[in-house]
Amino acid sequence: MPRKVGIEVSLAASEAACAADVDVIAAYPVTPQTHIVEHLSELVADGELDAEFIPVESEHSAMSACIGAAAAGARTFTATSAPGLALMHEILFIAPSLRTPIVMVVANRALSGPISIWNDHSDIMAERDCGWIQTFAENGQEVFDLIIHAFRVAEDPEVLLPVIVNMDGFTLSHVIEPIELLSASEVSQYLKPYKPQMVLDPKAPITMGPVGVPEVYTEARQQAESVLNGSKKVIVKAWKEFAKQYGRSYKPIETYRTKGAEVILMTMGSVTETAMTAVDRMREKGIPVGLMRFRLWRPFPLEEFRRAVKGIKTLAVVDRAISFGAQGGPVCSKVKSALYGAPDQPQVFGFISGLGGRDITVAMFEEMVKKAIRYAEKGKGPMYELIGVRER
Amino acid sequence: MAKVDAVTGWRNLEIGCAITEPGSSRKLRTGDWRSQRPVIDRDKCIKCGLCWIYCPDMVYSPTRSGYFKWNENYCKGCGICAHECPKDAIAMVMEGE
Repeated sequence: MPRKVGIEVSLAASEAACAADVDVIAAYPVTPQTHIVEHLSELVADGELDAEFIPVESEHSAMSACIGAAAAGARTFTATSAPGLALMHEILFIAPSLRTPIVMVVANRALSGPISIWNDHSDIMAERDCGWIQTFAENGQEVFDLIIHAFRVAEDPEVLLPVIVNMDGFTLSHVIEPIELLSASEVSQYLKPYKPQMVLDPKAPITMGPVGVPEVYTEARQQAESVLNGSKKVIVKAWKEFAKQYGRSYKPIETYRTKGAEVILMTMGSVTETAMTAVDRMREKGIPVGLMRFRLWRPFPLEEFRRAVKGIKTLAVVDRAISFGAQGGPVCSKVKSALYGAPDQPQVFGFISGLGGRDITVAMFEEMVKKAIRYAEKGKGPMYELIGVRER
Repeated sequence: MAKVDAVTGWRNLEIGCAITEPGSSRKLRTGDWRSQRPVIDRDKCIKCGLCWIYCPDMVYSPTRSGYFKWNENYCKGCGICAHECPKDAIAMVMEGE
């Protein structure tokens, strides 16, 4: 039977990797690391998890070691955060190119400067185009479940891509929540042993990661792009089977009180729970507002998104990162490009908030919705604005 | 010449662009990088083998007659053989001439 326990979300993430029976964990063990790998190293040292724990000297090496381990056929896990993710940047692009199904949890935090260790999405948004499947969790239970799901998707023979499970730094990573943990035997019913399609084996030598001369590079990139886009159907199917197995249902885009809504707040991650409270309050006042949350970010769920916003007049898109000089946040820019050419497009207004650990309050969500409604009535408004900036 | 053997459509690429046939780089004829080729004057050659020793791409190989033959499929035209030849028996000639 699943057991519901009060547990720090980071520790629950390690328990998920443990329940998935990972073979190799390679991670930089010092800050900006969370308790995820700290607890995994304990589980390995205590003999509760039969795995190799490789403490490396940098995140660049951590990701390199993960790729090597996955290439040798091991189920591989790692975790990092903000500057650690940035230090992986070069190697992040290699993992999907080599089709190594690594699962990584990123505790989303701000990139400096000024120096910040607090929560926003600027770390992962800088890596959004690296070719990994990327999901965003709203709460601790979802972190646990998305990790199990991530292994299932990553190792699917049709996919073989690495997956990043995003969770908000501190607001999730360091918070104790009631979470239903699944045991290794329960997970093994959903997650079969990893059967690699290409393995580094001295007895049957192959070359992984060769030079891609100009005559080959474009074709290799086409393969990576095609597989990532094609992974969506596997992702959705794996969520459906997760619901069948464990009773918790997940979709690429989650909706809340969208029936009869004219304006929609669009969010990602843990702020969604505050946004739900804001929606409830505004609904009580008769404002026709609903909420949508992206759970799947890469591949971007284009069809699901267009279906979800059909008939909606106004979108208020919340970004927790700035695309400097791009006149907006990365989520809002993507939303706008996803709507291009679609019939009956809603008006889209971008709101950047919750940077570097600043809370987005219920009142701030209400301010965004009210502004979006006002701009939409006028037929014009700023493309984007920062919410909660002190002017003086 | 060159890379014709290695070129394929993206659907035929192995997973992750892996190379599953050991030693297949032999098929990748890299000699087309060359702008100059070495031309050997056998009247001057003393069969010392320095071209064979110094060549960074192992393009020279000994023959039964004692001379050294040159493989155009892999020579990059670096000119080290011509530079090292003690008898100036190797001249670098522009390709196309």
